[in-house]
Amino acid sequence: MEALNLLLHGFAVLLTWKIMMMMMIGLVLGIFVGVLPGLGGPNGVAILLPLTFTMDPTTAIVMLSCIYWGALFGGAITSILFNIPGEAWSVATTFDGYPMAQQGKAAEALTAAFTSSFIGSLVAVLLITFLAPRIASFALKFGPPEFFAVYLLTFCSFVGLGREAKHKTLISMVVGLLLAAVGMDTVSGQLRMTFGFDPLLRGVNFLVAVIGLFGISEILLTMEERLALRGHAAAISLRVVLKVWKEMPRYWVTLLRSSAIGCWLGITPGGAIAASFMGYNLAKRFSKDPGSFGKGRIEGVFAPETAAHASGTSALLPMLALGIPGSGTAAILLGGLMVWGLNPGPLLFVEHKDFVWGLIASMYLGNVVGLVLVLTTVPIFAAVLRVPFAAIAPMIVVSCAIGAFAIQNAMFDVWLMLLFGVVGYVFKKIGIPLAPFTLALVLGNRCEDAFRLSMIGAGGDLRVFWSNGLVGSITTLAFTLLFWPLIGRIFEGAGRLLRPVKT
Amino acid sequence: MPESETEIAVADPNAPASDSPAVTTTRTVEVIVYLVLLGFALLLGYDNWRSGMGWAKDGPQSGYLPFYLCVLLAGASLFGLAVAFGQRTREATTFVTRDQLRRVMQVFVPTFLFCLLMQWLGLYVASLVLVAGFMRFVGRIAWWKSLLTSFLFALIMFVTFDVAFDVIMPKGPIEALFGR
Repeated sequence: MEALNLLLHGFAVLLTWKIMMMMMIGLVLGIFVGVLPGLGGPNGVAILLPLTFTMDPTTAIVMLSCIYWGALFGGAITSILFNIPGEAWSVATTFDGYPMAQQGKAAEALTAAFTSSFIGSLVAVLLITFLAPRIASFALKFGPPEFFAVYLLTFCSFVGLGREAKHKTLISMVVGLLLAAVGMDTVSGQLRMTFGFDPLLRGVNFLVAVIGLFGISEILLTMEERLALRGHAAAISLRVVLKVWKEMPRYWVTLLRSSAIGCWLGITPGGAIAASFMGYNLAKRFSKDPGSFGKGRIEGVFAPETAAHASGTSALLPMLALGIPGSGTAAILLGGLMVWGLNPGPLLFVEHKDFVWGLIASMYLGNVVGLVLVLTTVPIFAAVLRVPFAAIAPMIVVSCAIGAFAIQNAMFDVWLMLLFGVVGYVFKKIGIPLAPFTLALVLGNRCEDAFRLSMIGAGGDLRVFWSNGLVGSITTLAFTLLFWPLIGRIFEGAGRLLRPVKT
Repeated sequence: MPESETEIAVADPNAPASDSPAVTTTRTVEVIVYLVLLGFALLLGYDNWRSGMGWAKDGPQSGYLPFYLCVLLAGASLFGLAVAFGQRTREATTFVTRDQLRRVMQVFVPTFLFCLLMQWLGLYVASLVLVAGFMRFVGRIAWWKSLLTSFLFALIMFVTFDVAFDVIMPKGPIEALFGR
């Protein structure tokens, strides 16, 4: 029960006034970010990152992760009350959440959404608490070849398992890797791809790219749409909360199933969106009365929300244990770690116990506080939507610019952010996914270092990646996943079960 | 439930019309993007070839991995081009309509100007101009509301970043007047 002791230690780290206050600020900002159109989890975290630059790492990560929890909670508010999914993963919540609101059961739907999100992340946090330290201590034995194999596995699973066209995923990833290589080559000290242009010497900063790709481009995309909205205002009374909670145990199978799906898809890269749909579809498939889904059934809110939160939370597991983010937001948090001067990877559990366990403890506390906060303050946050977008959009732009500038105090980065904003806008519209790009940009350098260090160690012999059972099986698994679509065709029948139900 | 009967409604008077004519099709943009990426791959590939893309005794030279990434990028772009040309027969989807483009430009142009202004006036004054101008001219919100909001926003940003969190932002002549 070493994990429990360390967890208690983590709580002790948390319980200072300063951190608790930052946590509340983070949650409130996060809910705002989740509710506002044109902002979501990854954007919010990326834009608010500069606030944390001068904090100590523990306070910073607690605040940032709370922004993320807040955004996850906030996304449900707009999905249910306004039928506007703030995030791709809250699309499934609108299926039954909005009909419930139309029937005057908005308060029930909101309570169900918040509570099931809470349960989903609780399951995932429990998983992190007990699994992450083990994986990390196992990974301490990894050398460069093993690490390269794990990176390869991450990249290959994105290409092989992603839902987008393969060449588009590949393009996004390769551009990310290429941009990561711009600047000084860390092994030989040679300059690459700078074309004698000084600001490029430092390379393309990951966070600048993210702020542009997710912040600026999202505003451009939001402006394209009709911003008029119509929805229900709702306040949640204690009576409703208790009523929903009393009903809840009846759906324990759905909750458990969705949590399991969420955790699994969260850990594998690129699965957060799939999780909520799969949770919903499976709940529908196993239901005795599938026809009532989509007409305001409370189970239809429980299932996707639990899965979405479980996957959003468990995406942090590989980030903490291996230094490999499981989602876009996790990649941004990883970028944050590097800004605060921490080296992500399994050593984190040894060298920065306060940080890691503070973060894990904050996941428990943040979710409890977040749940209470959203249940009590829904009307206020729903009213935020009355603020016209014309006032919000320029403020988001300013926040993005502050973020991009603050990272390296360079005006060049602000222009780069603008460029990435346009690139992100075009890429999103032609269906080139941005998550592989983000991941490749943040992992690129370490991936290349691992490859070249293992090459130096092995004297340039590629067989080092099959030199022992561990690295060999990871490498083989990576290639299997890369060619999964081809292999999958052979197992067509098994795949049919997982496909979405036609509605 | 009386409280859930209250509705929140926000109108969007200058929303893009749904029947606005298309400016380009997705396919055209895809072709352009693939061509740009192809050019990008050739340019970077050449640079990496120049800085050494071979295999030295102790493993790859510094241009080795990026060079092959460029090859991959070029290959994927060519494949994308082939796919894009192959779907000629199908009905083209709209990339952006004229109304949508107008709205996107309404944000993009002020943002661009804001970045320009930021270099001379500093971030806080530029943000004041951006927020006030955007609210007034794009959002058609009353002058006093726009000015008040933008002033408060710039002030809050200043207090948060400059005073409370010590994040240094570019500043211009106006901040200098106050001795910051």
